[in-house]
Amino acid sequence: MDSGNIMIVGVGGQGSVLASKLLGHLFLSEGLDVKVSEVHGMSQRGGSVVTYVRYGKKVASPIIDPGEADVIVSFELLEAARWASYLKKGGRIVTNTQQIDPMPVITGDAVYPEDLVNKMTAAGAQVDAMDCLSLAEEAGSVKAVNLVLLGRLSRYFDISEEAWMSSLEACVPAKAIEINKKAFALGQNS
Amino acid sequence: MSTKELMLGNKALARGLRDAGCLFASSYPGTPSTEVTEEIAKFDDVYSEWAPNEKVAMEAAFGACLAGARSFCAMKHVGLNVAADPLYTMSYTGVNSGLIVVVADDPGMHSSQNEQDSRHHARASKVPMLEPSDSAEAYAFPAIAYELSEKYDTPVIIRMCTRVSHSQSIVEPGERVAVRKTYEKNIPKNVMTPANAIRRHPFVEERLHKLAGHAEKSPINRVEMGDTSLGIITSGTSYQYVKEVFGDKCSVLKLGMVYPLPDGLIRDFASRVDRLVVVEELDPFIEDHCRALGLEVSGKDLLPICGEFSQNMIAQALGAEVPEGIKLDENVPMRPPVMCSGCPHRGLFYALKTNRCTVLGDIGCYTLGAAAPLGAMEMTLCMGASLSAIHGFNKVGGEEASGRTVAVIGDSTFVHSGMTGLANIAYNQSDSTVIILDNSITGMTGHQQNPTTGYNIKGDPAGKIDLEALCRAFGFDHVRVVDPYDLSACDKAIKEELAYKGPSVIISRRPCALLKYVKHKAPLKVDRDKCIGCKSCMRIGCPSISMKDGKANVDQTMCVGCGVCSQLCPVGAIVSGEGEEA
Repeated sequence: MDSGNIMIVGVGGQGSVLASKLLGHLFLSEGLDVKVSEVHGMSQRGGSVVTYVRYGKKVASPIIDPGEADVIVSFELLEAARWASYLKKGGRIVTNTQQIDPMPVITGDAVYPEDLVNKMTAAGAQVDAMDCLSLAEEAGSVKAVNLVLLGRLSRYFDISEEAWMSSLEACVPAKAIEINKKAFALGQNS
Repeated sequence: MSTKELMLGNKALARGLRDAGCLFASSYPGTPSTEVTEEIAKFDDVYSEWAPNEKVAMEAAFGACLAGARSFCAMKHVGLNVAADPLYTMSYTGVNSGLIVVVADDPGMHSSQNEQDSRHHARASKVPMLEPSDSAEAYAFPAIAYELSEKYDTPVIIRMCTRVSHSQSIVEPGERVAVRKTYEKNIPKNVMTPANAIRRHPFVEERLHKLAGHAEKSPINRVEMGDTSLGIITSGTSYQYVKEVFGDKCSVLKLGMVYPLPDGLIRDFASRVDRLVVVEELDPFIEDHCRALGLEVSGKDLLPICGEFSQNMIAQALGAEVPEGIKLDENVPMRPPVMCSGCPHRGLFYALKTNRCTVLGDIGCYTLGAAAPLGAMEMTLCMGASLSAIHGFNKVGGEEASGRTVAVIGDSTFVHSGMTGLANIAYNQSDSTVIILDNSITGMTGHQQNPTTGYNIKGDPAGKIDLEALCRAFGFDHVRVVDPYDLSACDKAIKEELAYKGPSVIISRRPCALLKYVKHKAPLKVDRDKCIGCKSCMRIGCPSISMKDGKANVDQTMCVGCGVCSQLCPVGAIVSGEGEEA
C-alpha cells in the first residue's frame, strides 16, 4: 500500500500514543507524506480515544472520516466496535480481545455487548482478534500491548522487518527495546 | 543541513518561535495549547515559565518585549478572555521587540467548556491574527509574525485549533536567528492614561489600515486557481479538508492572515469564480466580511456553526461524493472520561455525595465528579468561579444553603483565579465552605507545575505557596487538611465545617496518582468467599471495579491499591494484594 488510513483506538491511558509515533516514523522513513492526529485532554482520562494515521504521496486532511479507514487497530474490543463504521467496506480490524467495562456498564446502566468479533465480521470487516494482554505479559510487560498489536499489524504491510525494527528502536525508550521487540514478534507470529 | 521531521503542530510552533529569536515565554497551560510552552521549555536558549494565569503570562511577555526580547505567551481560547484586559491596551501601546500571543481554539470542545471563536478578539482588539493550517506553517509563521509585530508596532496573535495543535505533519526546521533590542523610555507610548491613550487610538486605526494593505500582498494569503466553477475561501485546518475533498477541482483563496482581511484580494477572487463559498469552522467571520463587501456568498447556510468540520462534512455540503463504510448494528455503550484508578478526588467526592452537598465546581479533572455514579457537582462555569459563586449563592440562600453547600477548586485553578474569590468570602464574610483539592500538580492538561508545587517548568526547585498560611492570612480561622483516601476523615471535616458558622477552608491533599514519584501499592484482591455481591464498592465509580459472576472484581492491571473501595465493603472482602506480588 503506498497510501492508506490507519486508526488506532482504545481507552485513554492504554498507550496508543507510542503506536502512532512508531507508525508515523515508519511511513516517513519509507519516504511518504504522513499526518497523525491525536486527541489530548479530558478524554485521556479513561475515555474513548482515537488517533488517526494517514500516509501517502501527499496527505491533506489529518483526520479520517467514517468509511475511510483501511485498518482499525484497537486496544480494546468495545472500542473496535465503536469505531467500526469508520472502516471501508472489506477493511481490516486488528484488535485486542481485552474488555474494559466503561462506566455506564460498571454502574449497571448499560451492558457490554457480547460476541462482538462475529458481529463485526458479519458486518463486513476482516477481523483479526487476539489476546494481546497475555502476549504482552509473556513478553515481560503488560504495557507492551501496543507492540503486540503493531507486530500483528505488520503482517498486512509490505514493509521490511528492518524498517519496522529501526522505527521501533527510534521510538521506544532504550531500556524497553528488548521487551518490545519480543512483544512485536509475539504479535506477528502467534 | 535540515532534515524532515514529523512534528506535532504545537511542537512545530515552539520550534518556529525559538528559531525566530524568541527569548522569553510565559504561559498558563490549557488544552489544546499546552505543548507549545512545554516544548519551548526544552530549549535552553529561551527563558520559559508557567505563570499563575493567562493575564499574568501576557503581561510578563509584554514586559519582556518592552525590555527588548522577542517574547510570547500561549493559552487556550478561554484563557484569552482572562488576558483580554492587557491585550486590548497592548494594541494601543504596541511593542518594542516582537510580541506573539498564541491562542488555541477548540472546535468540537474536546476539552473545553465552550466553543468560542478567538477571531472576534482579534477584531475587537484591532490586533492582526495569523492562522497556520499544518505543522510546516506553524513552524514558519512565528518569523512572519515577529516581523509584522516589529514593523507595524503591534502584538500579533497566532490562532491554532485542536486539529492543527494536535496533528503531526512534516516540518523541515532551519536555524535560530538572534535578535535583541534595548529598552527605551517612552512615556506617551507606554503609559496609557486617558491623555496618552487618546493619541494612540488614531495610530491603532491607521495601523489596521496599513495591515489590511499588507494582507493584500502577503504570500501567506494565496490564491490556488483550479476549476473556476467553485471558489472557496478558507483558512486553518478547514483548508486541509477542502484540499482533501477537491484537490484542484475548485479554486481556493487560502488565508494565512485572518485579520485584517484583504478586501481587494477577496473581491478579485470572487470575480474569477462562478460560485463563492466560505469554509470556516465556528462563526461566520470571513463570510460576514464578504457580505459586508457586497459579495454573494455561501457559508453557514451549508455548513454548521457548531462543532468541528471534516472532509466528509464538506463533501456532503458541497455536493461531492461521500464514502460509505461498514454498518455495525450494535448498541455500543458510551465511554465517558472518568476519574482514574487511585484518583485522590474520588474519596472526597464520595464524602460530598453521601453528605448530600450542593457542590459548586470548577475547571479541572475533578469536574468529572459531576458524572455518574458520583454526580456530586452542580455548577461549573469557568476558572475560579466556584469560589466567587458560592459567596453569592450563600448570601442569598442563607443558612439553608450554607449548611450544605461547598465550593471545590484544584490547586492550580485556585492560584489562577480562585484567590480573588476567596478574598471576597473573607472580606464580605459569607458562611462559605471552600475545599481546595490539592493534588500537587495541574492535572487535566497533563501535569504542569504551578506555584503550589515547589517546582518550575523545567522541574527545578522553585518558590512554593503555603496554602494554609495563605488562607489564614486572608482571614480564615478554620483551615484544615484531610487525606482524601481516608473516607471517615473527609466525612468528619465536611460535616464540621458545614456546621461551623463562618468561612472555612478544607484542603484535601494527596498527589495525583499518575505522578511518576507516587508509589503505588499492589492491586487489591476480592475474597470471593467473603464477597456478598452488594455492589457497595461500586458506588465510588472506580474504573478498576466491575462485577464478575455476581461478585466484585478488581482489575489487576489498573488498580493502584488506594484502598478507598475497601472502606466501603461491609464484610471486608476487598483485601490487600501486598505480599502476593513478587
